[in-house]
Amino acid sequence: MTESLFRIVRDPISVEEVTNQVSRREAGAITLFIGTVREFTKGKKTLSLEYQAYEPMAVKMLSQIGEEIKNQWPDTLVAITHRIGKLEISDVAVVIAVSSPHRKTAYRANEYAIERIKQIVPIWKKEFWENGTMWIGDQLETTEYPEGKPVKEE
Amino acid sequence: MIKVLFFAGIREEVGLDELKIVEIDNITIHQLKQYLQNKYSISSLSHVMTAINESFVTDEEVIKDQDIIAFIPPVSGG
Repeated sequence: MTESLFRIVRDPISVEEVTNQVSRREAGAITLFIGTVREFTKGKKTLSLEYQAYEPMAVKMLSQIGEEIKNQWPDTLVAITHRIGKLEISDVAVVIAVSSPHRKTAYRANEYAIERIKQIVPIWKKEFWENGTMWIGDQLETTEYPEGKPVKEE
Repeated sequence: MIKVLFFAGIREEVGLDELKIVEIDNITIHQLKQYLQNKYSISSLSHVMTAINESFVTDEEVIKDQDIIAFIPPVSGG
């Protein structure tokens, strides 16, 4: 394998390439999560998005999520690629591929990965609307970090 | 000397990607936040996370010479 399993890129993501990164003979299942740019959020029309990252730390945190998954589900293999920069509606922003001998583990590990991305990976999304722009804090716009650190949900 | 990195909304508020600060001696993240809030009238540092050299730290962490401090507003990737 030549490419790193955890990447931040500026060009369009090849879903097949990320999938191939986890493909192996032991696998009986590969789950894919493809995060795409949504046009409407709570009735508000998004024209485009811009993602910004603290790149070295984002890669480090993606790798940490990989480690967490490895500890929890030892027989999985995970690859995550997140795109940054300007994205249009329906563009692919993130691809998570997980392979494992059995499907349940692959589903669970994949969901865990996207939830953790939304907690600890320093990537930010700026929404461009018809009447303005905004950096989105978190998906509910309610999270604060009283302890100064993100914590695991539940 | 330390380097301070800004992202997303804070970057726009400060108008800078990064800042080099020379006169820093054994202060905590909490003190750095206060210093920056006074000097640059940043509104939003109380709810941001902080990383030193790419690892999350608490407000009590003491900053050392050559550290790279990043203010991490609530993330919204994915």
